[in-house]
Amino acid sequence: MTSGIGWLMLGALLGSLLMTGLMSAGRFLGLSRMSLPFVLGTMFTPNRDRAVPLGLAMHIGSAMVVSLLYFAVFRLMGGAPWWMGGLLGLGHGVATYLLFLPSLPGLHPRMASERDGPEPTRVLEPPGPLGLNYGKRTPLIGILAHVVFGVVVAVFCGQGMK
Amino acid sequence: MTQPPISDYAIVGDCHSAALVSREGAIDWLCWPRFDAGSWFARILDWERGGALRIRPVGDFETERRYLPGSNVLRTTFHAEGGCVELDDMMTVAAYEEAHATLRSDRELLRIARCTEGEVELAIDVTPRPDYARARPKLERRGALGVFCTHGADAMVLRVHPGTLGIDEDGGRVHGRWTLRAGETAQLGATFAREEPAIVPALGEAAQRRAAQTERWWRSWSSQCRYAGRYQDAVKRSMLALRLMQYAPTGGLVAAPTTSLPERVGGERNWDYRYCWLRDAALTVQSLLGLGYEDEASSFIHWMLHTTRLTWPEIHTLYDLHGHRDTPEAELPHLAGYRGSRPVRIGNGASDQLQLDSYGELVCAATAYWMGQEDDPSRETWRQLRKVGEWVCAHWCDRDEGIWEIRAERQPHTYSVVMCWAALDGLLRLADRFDLRCPRERFRETRARIREAVETHGWSEAEQSYQATFEEDRADASLLLLGRFGYADPHSARMRGTVARVRRDLERDGLVWRYPPSTDDGVAGHEAAFGVCSFWLVGALARQGELGEARRCFERLLEVANDVGLYAEEMRAEDGAPRGNFPQALTHLGLVDAALELERCERAVPRDGAEAVA
Repeated sequence: MTSGIGWLMLGALLGSLLMTGLMSAGRFLGLSRMSLPFVLGTMFTPNRDRAVPLGLAMHIGSAMVVSLLYFAVFRLMGGAPWWMGGLLGLGHGVATYLLFLPSLPGLHPRMASERDGPEPTRVLEPPGPLGLNYGKRTPLIGILAHVVFGVVVAVFCGQGMK
Repeated sequence: MTQPPISDYAIVGDCHSAALVSREGAIDWLCWPRFDAGSWFARILDWERGGALRIRPVGDFETERRYLPGSNVLRTTFHAEGGCVELDDMMTVAAYEEAHATLRSDRELLRIARCTEGEVELAIDVTPRPDYARARPKLERRGALGVFCTHGADAMVLRVHPGTLGIDEDGGRVHGRWTLRAGETAQLGATFAREEPAIVPALGEAAQRRAAQTERWWRSWSSQCRYAGRYQDAVKRSMLALRLMQYAPTGGLVAAPTTSLPERVGGERNWDYRYCWLRDAALTVQSLLGLGYEDEASSFIHWMLHTTRLTWPEIHTLYDLHGHRDTPEAELPHLAGYRGSRPVRIGNGASDQLQLDSYGELVCAATAYWMGQEDDPSRETWRQLRKVGEWVCAHWCDRDEGIWEIRAERQPHTYSVVMCWAALDGLLRLADRFDLRCPRERFRETRARIREAVETHGWSEAEQSYQATFEEDRADASLLLLGRFGYADPHSARMRGTVARVRRDLERDGLVWRYPPSTDDGVAGHEAAFGVCSFWLVGALARQGELGEARRCFERLLEVANDVGLYAEEMRAEDGAPRGNFPQALTHLGLVDAALELERCERAVPRDGAEAVA
């Protein structure tokens, strides 16, 4: 069990780094302006220099927490095939883009809304449905990155469950 | 409508990027997020297709304008039929604590209109054209957040207060209207995001606070200027323009924030100057130090040493803002050019040239900086500088393109060789001051050999003057600097002869050309008088003790600045009208250097035969 959690955490760490890397690549390729570390970090600080590393740590930390759910599902199913990880990642990504992002303006203390416009402290562009405000390929890249995360977690979990 | 003259433009910026604002209230040039990025507005380079952000009264009007004292906040006053409106333009900046206390956009252009008299209707007309007008952004209204103009991972957000902006049916233009009565205010904010969700700052009172922070930041910076001579306004304006063009993240100074403003209208001498030239290094550091801006001088020195480290001990003519030397030159055939001056170029091919004077400039900058410091250069820095000296010893007699980047056959340029002398001389002085190790004998011997070569081959007996190259007996304005870097005694017969020849062959009513028009510089057409050379003449005259004449020339040059005190690279002979990229850092550096030289020489005890201080 301990060894399984160790593999899971390693998988979650590598998977979340890969996921963040893929989403960053999407930004550098001009496909999307979505930066989850930036969005998450600015929930806690207006200082942009600090927001990105803080958000990155939060993103990795939350990925590790979520990976425990993956682990529970793998145990329940008695194995961790890569395709199951991919499917879980797909669900994780769809839930993030379909449910979490549109509700952000209500949770994020610095995010503006299209209805009320910006206020002195609420100035961050809201992501809109599926994060489409940040570019029309945003959900595609984000969900793909989550699928990759799920596959990596599954592969490492599989090692721990042997 | 005819395209306005270059003198019609003023600059606003935030030490990352800059915008040119015309007298008609149009932003006709803006590159975001940094000086050398692709443009969003480039109407100055293509009147029809370039794109602009315009706010102007409906109907006829006249304008006057000025910068708010000690700042880079531009105030344009429109005298329209129904009344008067002041339009303040700025890119917002703030002190570190203020900037990080709230979430702020990386780049923000703020335009605040205030009606001071009567009632005036203002039209807003925005045509964003990213990537040098090669692209059309997607324009989208997002409720109270304003209009989003997106192109790839870039987004420009346009908002107004009060009112809203509309989008034309063809999706290419954003428009709006304000009707302001006396005492009423309206604001337009344009912000930019790259590869990140956009920040959409609030307008209204929050924008007024950012405007006040911006003005305060510039005033606080300019109040540190130590110059107390008679040309304070011009010197301060030059320093403010220079600070605006110093790229904050690295300390590099762009030669100009524009590309392809022509040296001759309709001609092909159109270059991209949004890069950092080492040629300007010594003047930059000396001007900054002379005015008390030690932090900026230090940041520039560190940019320079960091930038050149990758190619050390060889250095390149120019680098980009982050010190990369890959600046390939390309033409933009889809742009018509300023008043039809084609081609429009981006990138700069001069980066591959050999300019020996850059080595001298670099060492002179470092010498000027460390001679005023208590601490010696670090071991690593000194090792770098010493290697430059060794490189110079091996290469001083190479042919090069020279300071003027002549695109023809390489020659042994006298100024280049003299700057090699200055490099070795500076290193020896630093070594003596801080007791640093270097091959002193080799440096001394080479320095002596260089002097012998210059005095033999760089001197024209017939003209009683130094000559441009060891092989061509012609005047060259760079020779005015031989007394500036300690090579020649400004009072010597040789320097007097050289200054006299430059005046005879290259000067017309205070305006000085770089070289005679007959010189083959590898490019078709002739250029106008060169701004910095004209200021070098002032310095040369001052050093010779001809203070009255120096002042006359200086004041003549002040007359040819545009209405807000800015200079281009060149000036047209007939009327001093600006030519070339605008505003030009080197010209403003020349102004500051000439003013400091005048002040220094006025304070010095007049030598025998020199003119007494007036």
